[in-house]
Amino acid sequence: MLDLLTGFIAELRAAGIPVSLTEHLDAAETLRHVPLEDREALKYTLGASLVKSSTHWPAYETAFEIYFALRGPEFRIDADGADGDGERSERTTDTGADDLPGQGGRHGRGQGGGGEGMTAEEIADLLYQALLGANRSLVAAVARQAVSRYAGMEAGRPVGGTYYLYRTLRNLDLDKVLDRLVEASRQSAAAHGEVDGGGDGAGVPLTALEERLLRDEYQARIDQLRKEIEAEIRRRLVEDRGSEALARSIRKPLPEDIDVMHATRDELGALRRSLQPLSRKLAVRLARKRRHGRKGALDFRATVRHSLSTGGVPVEPKFRYPRPAKPEIVVIADISGSVASFARFTLHLVHAISAQFSKVRSFVFIDGVDEVTEYFDGVDDPAEAVHRINTEADVVWVDGHSDYGHALTVFWERWGEELTPRTSVLLLGDARNNYHASAAWVVKELRARARHVYWLNPEPRAYWNSGDSIVGEYANFCDEVVECRTLRQLERFVGELA
Amino acid sequence: MSSDGSLVGTPADAISSGFPEAGPPRFASIGDVRSGLAGVDYLADDGISGVVYLADRLAKPVLVEGPAGTGKTELAKSVARVTGSRLIRLQCYEGLDESKALYEWNYKKQLLRIQADAGRSWEQLEEDIFSEDFLLTRPLLEAIRSTEPVVLLVDEVDRLELETEALLLEVLSEYQVSIPELGTVRAHQIPLVFLTSNATRELSEALKRRCLYLHIDYPDLERERSIIETRVPGISQALADQVARIVRSIRTLELKKAPSVSETLDWARTLVVLGIASVDVDQARDTLHILLKYRSDIERAEKELAGVESPD
Repeated sequence: MLDLLTGFIAELRAAGIPVSLTEHLDAAETLRHVPLEDREALKYTLGASLVKSSTHWPAYETAFEIYFALRGPEFRIDADGADGDGERSERTTDTGADDLPGQGGRHGRGQGGGGEGMTAEEIADLLYQALLGANRSLVAAVARQAVSRYAGMEAGRPVGGTYYLYRTLRNLDLDKVLDRLVEASRQSAAAHGEVDGGGDGAGVPLTALEERLLRDEYQARIDQLRKEIEAEIRRRLVEDRGSEALARSIRKPLPEDIDVMHATRDELGALRRSLQPLSRKLAVRLARKRRHGRKGALDFRATVRHSLSTGGVPVEPKFRYPRPAKPEIVVIADISGSVASFARFTLHLVHAISAQFSKVRSFVFIDGVDEVTEYFDGVDDPAEAVHRINTEADVVWVDGHSDYGHALTVFWERWGEELTPRTSVLLLGDARNNYHASAAWVVKELRARARHVYWLNPEPRAYWNSGDSIVGEYANFCDEVVECRTLRQLERFVGELA
Repeated sequence: MSSDGSLVGTPADAISSGFPEAGPPRFASIGDVRSGLAGVDYLADDGISGVVYLADRLAKPVLVEGPAGTGKTELAKSVARVTGSRLIRLQCYEGLDESKALYEWNYKKQLLRIQADAGRSWEQLEEDIFSEDFLLTRPLLEAIRSTEPVVLLVDEVDRLELETEALLLEVLSEYQVSIPELGTVRAHQIPLVFLTSNATRELSEALKRRCLYLHIDYPDLERERSIIETRVPGISQALADQVARIVRSIRTLELKKAPSVSETLDWARTLVVLGIASVDVDQARDTLHILLKYRSDIERAEKELAGVESPD
């Protein structure tokens, strides 16, 4: 058990969760007190000593599921049908021969199990039943069925299972199922006046409120199903390749380490959620930095004045603390498809801590350029402003493909005059210019007028200057070109800027 | 202020006496924690009961983090009630220092003492005025010195400045307080310690390392429903169910401040008082301001509940 724990902790460390030696000892101590057969309790109590931040929890949970995967006879995949319900075992008598192509991975396992041969319609039907009735064990059973039918898992392939998940979900078409469920409830409400869960509109159609609640209820059940499917896939992968090998390929990055440009929708959600506490913490830290830890020259006049109260003895010297000028920030961000989410996060972050700057102005461009500063004025929530930028800003000039050259030229003509030697200019983008002219001279002019010019590039450094990326041309005139792929890098950069 | 021997005379004594013994376990098993807490109307989930049990066994403080109004402070109070311990609370704020958190010398009394016997030698006097009689205990020292079982609640620890956090470290890891003039005060019994934080800033590694970590999030549907049923007297099951569902829907929206559990309870109580048996859109709209505290949030929720699809 201790070996398992050591391996588990090594995996956590590899996933980026800092686990100290004391915490390791605590975890070992935990094992003495918590009954090992209570898996949930073990998960939470181990987590209490190993994970000290809520954002690390998903990564921890994944690792836990892998290392402490359910093993033993009752969880063997072959036993699929054993704990099943009546509905499913009826169908096990059906044929098992309608394999889909790509299901080859099934060989050598699960052959004896029940329900392998359910047709697509049957699965869909069963799924519908399970979701309508909120029957947890049925949902789990459907998840197992769906995985064996659709995922097409192949033994021994070093993959993380995302593709299997995608394949299964695509086949189930959950959006359509959701609509069907809502539709069915609507009809049954109109007919019987009695709906599963939620409202009891006696014979009347559902009100908008009830319908909304029902939809959320079904959505929650579908999310549950997704989790079941994920767990099932993971379980099979563990069976196939063992914990350690799998942990490496399935490792979930911490939110602050997610590559913004290639984040999935779920990951973007996680990023958005972690952005707000991040900006709050950053603001507090910067404000503190300004308040504390500054040395100043002796203020002779104030010291003498103050010494009068102690009879002319300068007991308490007074200092003249410097008041550093807050920098002025101009952000010029590319918001074309490829880097849009990155630009959004940066704008969000910069505006969330705008109190740390004397002035923040934002411009966005694709091939045209537009000022969006006023969108952030008087709005408490930067996310709202970012949403407006996407819908209202006038950034398309010809065809809606990035044209850095034109955007920069227009910027220079319209707003170039307003830059001062106190301004720091942030240029955001991957500098993939679709082979247009670069207009790098604008950056040179900016550099001459402004205090600093930084370029934040959300692409990995290795891709710079490949293909139509011309970041090198601009780099000649920038103070620095920074690789900025994750929130962690972004936070560090903004922190140093202020 | 009694001289009950809780003060160890010299630092040398203190070192020899070793780490205080962990008392008899407060809870027999994890299930015991859960049923005990349920007995005082606090519904714990797997995570909460497991961590509380472990905190007792390992004699470690628990750092409880989570959104406002999810029952962090309530947890400490409930545990105190279950175990029949005294609850000692230290509310943290910016500018809290050791004279407010640990101990302070009662200098006025000391001054009086000095003036009272002006004739005595300074050595005698010094020994006299730095004795227990002149010590004002503050929450942390109080919790350590108490002979009866104690639950110590350090509330909103994230409001402390980073430097002040260090004040807590000695108490949390060794359960002792060093007073330069007196020596080391050691705990008779190990108090159960809860620290709560709203995560407005990252706490220091040193503090986190000494604690067990518990994240309390908004409860899931079933738990919230049972919380409403236990905490709001006279509510019907159907209404509790509906309230829990509506609140869950509202939490899925992107709001500035999602409704907390305590706000949910307030809302449920309001509905009961108003005699509403089943919430419809109009009633929800009229009472939404109990659940949500920002104008823009209320508008948004109204729109959503009325069935208007949002643009995204």
